[in-house]
Amino acid sequence: MELTLSILLVFMIIGAVYALFARDLLSALISCGIVGYGLVICFLLLKAPDLAIVQIVVETVTLIIMVAVILDSTRQDLREKIVHNERGTHFINAKYVFNVLTVVILALFFLFFFNQAIGRLEPFGTHVTRMASAYVGDAAIKTGSANLVTGVLFDFRAYDTLGEATILFTAVVGVLTILRIKGRK
Amino acid sequence: MIVFILCFILFLVGLFGILTSRNIIKIIIGLSIMEFSVYLFLVLIGYIENGQAPIITKDMINLPVVDPLPQAMVLTAIVIGLATKSMLMAIAIRLYKKFKTFDIRKITSLKG
Amino acid sequence: MITMKGMSPIVKKVSQLISAIIFLYGIYIIVHGHLTPGGGFAGGAVLSGAFIFLVLAFGTDVLNLRREEEEASVIEGLAILIFVLMATIGLFIGIRVFFNNYLPKGQIGELISAGVIPLYNIAVGIEVGAALFTIFLALVIYKEEISK
Repeated sequence: MELTLSILLVFMIIGAVYALFARDLLSALISCGIVGYGLVICFLLLKAPDLAIVQIVVETVTLIIMVAVILDSTRQDLREKIVHNERGTHFINAKYVFNVLTVVILALFFLFFFNQAIGRLEPFGTHVTRMASAYVGDAAIKTGSANLVTGVLFDFRAYDTLGEATILFTAVVGVLTILRIKGRK
Repeated sequence: MIVFILCFILFLVGLFGILTSRNIIKIIIGLSIMEFSVYLFLVLIGYIENGQAPIITKDMINLPVVDPLPQAMVLTAIVIGLATKSMLMAIAIRLYKKFKTFDIRKITSLKG
Repeated sequence: MITMKGMSPIVKKVSQLISAIIFLYGIYIIVHGHLTPGGGFAGGAVLSGAFIFLVLAFGTDVLNLRREEEEASVIEGLAILIFVLMATIGLFIGIRVFFNNYLPKGQIGELISAGVIPLYNIAVGIEVGAALFTIFLALVIYKEEISK
């Protein structure tokens, strides 16, 4: 189980790295889709079919929207990490070095907290349900819903769903406002 | 344990993309990669070996059930991620119309 | 972006036939959200996918996009309003809690069970589907307007 997931994750990392270094924006988007659809298989292996259905549909819709955005625009990536001067010698751009240094410092910062947290986590596959044991035990009787995820989503933690619906509504209003060229008469 | 570390590496790849690329579309791609890694990490924490999916059926065997709480949280997070991503795309396409480029070094004017 | 005249007649005919099935599948996922994997979020995204498929196949010149966009955003607002109203009714019935499950629970595993959860599922499904379709239509209208 862990081996299968590791192989899938390595493929996803390769896809992510290619997405960030591709010259063409369209191929970058499509290799970002590798990560998204790999996530679907991971969810299926991890016994989360609800998430798999949502992720596969959302990934497709996102891909359509993103391709629609870039298709009329420029598709060339603008990467200038190496600058040539007049004498023909080339050197690496100073700003790029600065960016990479920032990444390294932030990565070390995150690595510190990851190292702190990983000791307290249970090893993979031996999760002890502390908070959710009440949900698992009584959810079907208290809510009457056979799907426990729906029971949690709409009964025990319905405020989260309300917040999600509000965020989606706000995003739609924002998109309509940003993309309006002529004002409404 | 190694899946957690690989998840963290995926997160770092997204962080690298956000901080070093100059293209707005590449930045959005890096952001979505970071989102994906966080979803996967949350679901990995709730997994139980030999567990079954959190759906109660009549012929259910007596095995532990996978934790449904991270799954419900990630379910809302996926849709919120879609909303924020489409909002970012709208801003990007609007910037492209004004400045005729996706390069963030050329988008420097403060005038609206 | 999307070809303004639409695709070939074969694609149009096939998309006509298939989008109905996709729509039906979305409704199935929403209605059975409390029994099988799925629910309002997944089903709503599938519903919006059916409409997006039709718009992509038929092009943008046969549709009155402005009117469709306004209708979709109005439907989205109505769905979220119904969701909040159904939650508010719980303040007046039973133990008086917001998001109270006030309808009878019924037998686990039946289609009509689980109280208000299926109604919440339907409201959220309509909301998500209309929201995604509105975002897509806003992008299409924007592209049409700047290409003129």
